[in-house]
Amino acid sequence: MKTQEKSYVAHHVDQLKPSGIRRFFDLASQMEDVISLGVGEPDFVTPWNVIEASYHSLEQGYTSYTANAGLLELRQEISKFLKGQYSVEYNPENQVLVTVGASQAIDVALRAILDSGDEVIVVEPSFVSYVPTVRLAGGVPVTVDATQEYAFKIQAEQIEEVITPKTKALMICSPNNPTGAVLSKQEMEKIAKVVEKHDLVVISDEIYADLTYDETYTSFASITGMSERTILISGFSKAFAMTGWRLGYAAGPKSILEAMTKIHQYTIMCAPTMAQHGALEALRNGKNNVLEMKTSYRQRRNFVVKSLQDMGLSCHLPGGAFYVFPSITSTGLSSEEFAEELLQSQQVAVVPGGVFGDSGEGYIRCSYATSMKQLDKAMKRMRRFVEQKVK
Amino acid sequence: MELLKLLEKNGRLEVETIASMIDLSVDETNTMMERLEKQSAILGYSTLINWAKVLEYEGVTAMIDVKVTPTRGAGFDVVAERIYRFPEVKALYLMSGAYDLSISVEGKTMMGISRFVSDKLSTLDSVVSTTTHFVLKKYKHDGIIFEDNDEQDKRMLVSP
Repeated sequence: MKTQEKSYVAHHVDQLKPSGIRRFFDLASQMEDVISLGVGEPDFVTPWNVIEASYHSLEQGYTSYTANAGLLELRQEISKFLKGQYSVEYNPENQVLVTVGASQAIDVALRAILDSGDEVIVVEPSFVSYVPTVRLAGGVPVTVDATQEYAFKIQAEQIEEVITPKTKALMICSPNNPTGAVLSKQEMEKIAKVVEKHDLVVISDEIYADLTYDETYTSFASITGMSERTILISGFSKAFAMTGWRLGYAAGPKSILEAMTKIHQYTIMCAPTMAQHGALEALRNGKNNVLEMKTSYRQRRNFVVKSLQDMGLSCHLPGGAFYVFPSITSTGLSSEEFAEELLQSQQVAVVPGGVFGDSGEGYIRCSYATSMKQLDKAMKRMRRFVEQKVK
Repeated sequence: MELLKLLEKNGRLEVETIASMIDLSVDETNTMMERLEKQSAILGYSTLINWAKVLEYEGVTAMIDVKVTPTRGAGFDVVAERIYRFPEVKALYLMSGAYDLSISVEGKTMMGISRFVSDKLSTLDSVVSTTTHFVLKKYKHDGIIFEDNDEQDKRMLVSP
């Protein structure tokens, strides 16, 4: 007789779907000579001056806790940076919180604003953790689809359609992971009208803001009337190539940020001190590093988009981040099949669009944060694969 | 500018690839490269070799600090030219500080370089003194780190 092992896992956690990315990671890890376009992080190592500043802080003995909200010096630099870069003003004393990656900032933001059953509008395709984090915070995720028809930019009307009396917040991410789409100021203004009319809070994930290639970046918080209802989330991972340092931040209205700091204080205490010292250096002297990396990403984006279009895949030119999101429907395969067969037959790893939400089905995410040499090889292999499929 | 930086890093990039990277047509890119070659902004397309990895190769490099007497009317240029014409001289700079010219010399053996210094360099009229330093190991050259471990991708294969 088989006895079933008793599960002690909470029901609502048990209900969460495991991330589809995990399965692909396992598959790809078993193979050799894989070129991965599946990586959601920069291929650069953190700039040396940042690493050195962190070393120095350790040598100086800065190994204790910092203030809960993070080093005041760092919050001041963040506030200065946001003002200089995006013309949004935050008081470093009570409107900025340094977190363990932007991911934690999202988690804390949701927990600070949601009561059980509150609805949160999530624009899909989206970063894989939005929907689960909303659930874990007791909220109900309501997804809306940004489609290729509008270059993966969500339209204000689409948001308005799903608003109910229970809707508390809207989550947006521009430049977007996985589509690379960037909302323009005009598009944001339209969304802002809907947000104001229905009194919503906006969680604006701006982690890729510095990697915007074709136009000047607009922060959602800078739109008239939005700063008092927007939680701006960003961090050091992408622009400064500091993913492993786990350092992000949130900025927003005082009341929300104080609530977030309260949760952060009880659950995390403070973000790692040596990482905070590195981040300080990144903000003070890292501008040129970012510009250099940005130029390199833009060149690679142009190359990859052109290669994909040349092999016959429909692909829009993404305005930011380091992803392209081509349609693979012409091959007659589902995104999952495409990714799996491509991996097996050509050893190129991409992420099937379906893992970013139902509307990602029919697309794949290719990250071009990989050396030109590898990209060139990967595009050749992919071309061979696509040509076999589309006859 | 973007084109030059790309080529400086990798002289073997194909024109088609460069064109797509900087969002120009292949023809425009070719014209631009020809123009830069004509202006001598692009002087050549060379390959950086870590000779230490080539077992058959037994070359030596030396850096020589040279003090010279400048020529009236032409300054350091005349003596500099006398020196850089020697094929052994791989690089030559006019320096501020304790000496005037910095020369990088490559030879097959230490003896060969010694002979160059004693027979050819020191005997020039304008040369007042020389100090020769032999290079023991090259770690980084023209911005490229030899024996670089950074090339290895330390990231996970797939991540969100």
